[in-house]
Amino acid sequence: MRRTTVAPPAKRSAPATGARRAPATTPSRRRGPRPRGGWTPWLYLAPALAVLGALLVYPVYQLGLISFLEYTQAQVSGGEPTRFRGLANYTDLFADDQFGQVLLATVGFAAACVLGTLAVGCALAVLLTRVRALPRLALLLAALGAWATPTITGSTVWLFLFDPDFGPVNRLLGLGDFSWTYGRYSAFLLVLLEVVWCSFPFVMITVYAGIRAVPGEVLEAAALDGASQWRIWRSVLAPMLRPILGIVTVQSVIWDFKVFTQIYVMTGGGGIAGQNLVLNVYAYQKAFASSQYSLGSAIGVVMLLLLLAVTLGYLRLLRRQGEEL
Amino acid sequence: MKLSVRLAGFTALAAVLATACAPQTSGTSSSGKDEKTGTLRVWLFQEVDNQPKQRVVDAVLADFEKAHRGAEVTVEYIPVETRAQRVKAAFNDPRSAPDVIEYGNTDTAGYVKDGGLADVTRDFDAWSEARDTDPTARRSVTVDGRVYGAPYFVGIRALYYRTDVFRRLGLRVPRTQAELISTAKRVRAARPDLYGLAVGGAYTYGALPFLWANGGDLATGKGGGYASALGTPAARAGIEAYTSLFGDDNCPAAKCASWTGNDTVTAFAAGKAAMAIGGNFSHAAVDAGKAKGKYAVVPLPGVRAGSIAPAFAGGNNIGVLKSTSHRTLAVDLMKRLASKQAQGRLFDAMGFLPTFTDVREQAAAKEPFVKPFVDTLAAGTRFVPVTPAWAQIDSSLVLPTMFQEIVSGRKDVADASADAAKKMDDAFGSAG
Repeated sequence: MRRTTVAPPAKRSAPATGARRAPATTPSRRRGPRPRGGWTPWLYLAPALAVLGALLVYPVYQLGLISFLEYTQAQVSGGEPTRFRGLANYTDLFADDQFGQVLLATVGFAAACVLGTLAVGCALAVLLTRVRALPRLALLLAALGAWATPTITGSTVWLFLFDPDFGPVNRLLGLGDFSWTYGRYSAFLLVLLEVVWCSFPFVMITVYAGIRAVPGEVLEAAALDGASQWRIWRSVLAPMLRPILGIVTVQSVIWDFKVFTQIYVMTGGGGIAGQNLVLNVYAYQKAFASSQYSLGSAIGVVMLLLLLAVTLGYLRLLRRQGEEL
Repeated sequence: MKLSVRLAGFTALAAVLATACAPQTSGTSSSGKDEKTGTLRVWLFQEVDNQPKQRVVDAVLADFEKAHRGAEVTVEYIPVETRAQRVKAAFNDPRSAPDVIEYGNTDTAGYVKDGGLADVTRDFDAWSEARDTDPTARRSVTVDGRVYGAPYFVGIRALYYRTDVFRRLGLRVPRTQAELISTAKRVRAARPDLYGLAVGGAYTYGALPFLWANGGDLATGKGGGYASALGTPAARAGIEAYTSLFGDDNCPAAKCASWTGNDTVTAFAAGKAAMAIGGNFSHAAVDAGKAKGKYAVVPLPGVRAGSIAPAFAGGNNIGVLKSTSHRTLAVDLMKRLASKQAQGRLFDAMGFLPTFTDVREQAAAKEPFVKPFVDTLAAGTRFVPVTPAWAQIDSSLVLPTMFQEIVSGRKDVADASADAAKKMDDAFGSAG
């Protein structure tokens, strides 16, 4: 799942060329007579649209449709007829106290993960540009290792590292048999550390590529003006990197909001008394564990709309500031 | 502006599509065919050590194929953990579905509602051996008076305890529930490296005997409507008793709150607990650990001295799928797999308790180990509500959540049990 979402931004991580070419082509197309090219762009887009339509629109449509039906195992296997319920699944969902709590926990947890990932990723990207070749190689390899580790393996290893009986971390910190997964916040913290660990490399490498594309003269000029490292980052690098930072932020928001494996593996499917449930695990519980596919779909639709709103809002904000993505 | 145009377009597209295709529903109505030759497919559960079970099954299949010329059987052993997905998939796609399956007895009502299992009431009643099936086992294949399979074996839990630890500390085998709890705490006080009685917040079937022994129940009602009984004073007393075992004076909540039944048995087998509630099927696992040769088993004590806490009547059944195109053959195979002879052999091979009273008595005479389990069975067992809602209650972790809320100090017994009762009633209301 993750690997497929990685691909498009990776292509964009060489933004210098794309950004530079964009102004050259866009005006010329706008200047040309519009009606003449009417169908040509669509013709070129058709293959991609067909694939996207089949792989994206159709499942989303099914998701939406199922969320309006009564659709449980009995309906799937033909034991009972499928019934249209209108918005009843949604009203059930919003009447459920637990859904509200889980939604809140998900938003908070995702926000913390995004901030953590961006901070660590950007800091290490800057560090990468400052160190010599050998440490840089070591850091890159370590990051790539973390990136390449399957989520389920990473989660299991982290769980072992923090195991109350056998884990080295507790021994190192002298915590005795402190159980990280027992308390709500310590369990979330543990998962957060794993999420940051496995998603910072994407941010780091993308931002690093962006920094390398910044012309050296600009940085040199800033340094000659006596700007500090922090000042250079804040006033020179960050503004120039804004499109890249925008992309990685949107990506991180989407990933961290949809986090599933880490929570499922590390907290045993949602923690003690469901204290560590996030939306995706909650939807899984509803849809697949208890076969209430329609309720699970409704949760999926709510997630989709929330993410869409966040992403569109963020893109609009970037546009307004005059950046082309 | 642009967005709203796009939105309108999308809505229009969705409207067109909505009339075009609906989510899939497969027809599991019976195939109508009853072929007398061909291949029968069987799904059985894979056990931790599957070889002995496979030998018993192979013997049955050899006899079956001899009796029915032109009929062949292929058996697949499926992992218990993924059974839910497999069985759902089988119900959804009758063409790749097996003819005969083994299934857990708490799943009966759910599978019947899903329309997956064939009604075999007439065949079962006409089967001469079925007369000796014990009533508890019979109830576990019955939904609304109809029979949907043959009981395969029963699983019963009882109290495992460490004889060496008890002797050294001069402790008596507990005879009441109160004694059980105080004994557990005395062990822990004297031996802080041991859990007195290993308990788990997610060990529903270990907790239910406490509830039942105090006169409580999960739900009341029959057939049509159930109502949760968790909020009653008797049920609360049972919940109180079980949750009092979590804490630094017996089984610290930080560890035990998340434990399942397997975790408690593992702790006992590893020599880290003086007592545990284990099944007759846990025998091999315990013998493989440090506790081997240093333990004994007694029925779990009830509230009054000398009484036995009602145990959960777990176990598996063999059923025929509604979609089979070889109904007669499949029913015959079901009867052969679950026959007295096969169950007797399965007991010898795996230690699974037979569901026929006479076969079980013979087994108990042969193997003294099963005596406490047979005694527990004889004292009367209980079952979860026979309704499809149970599958939903079970999978949405209503009871583990309740226990965990109490032992982690988040809610008191009254609040947690009231919340759980409400969730159960919601499930009864929506799933029947």
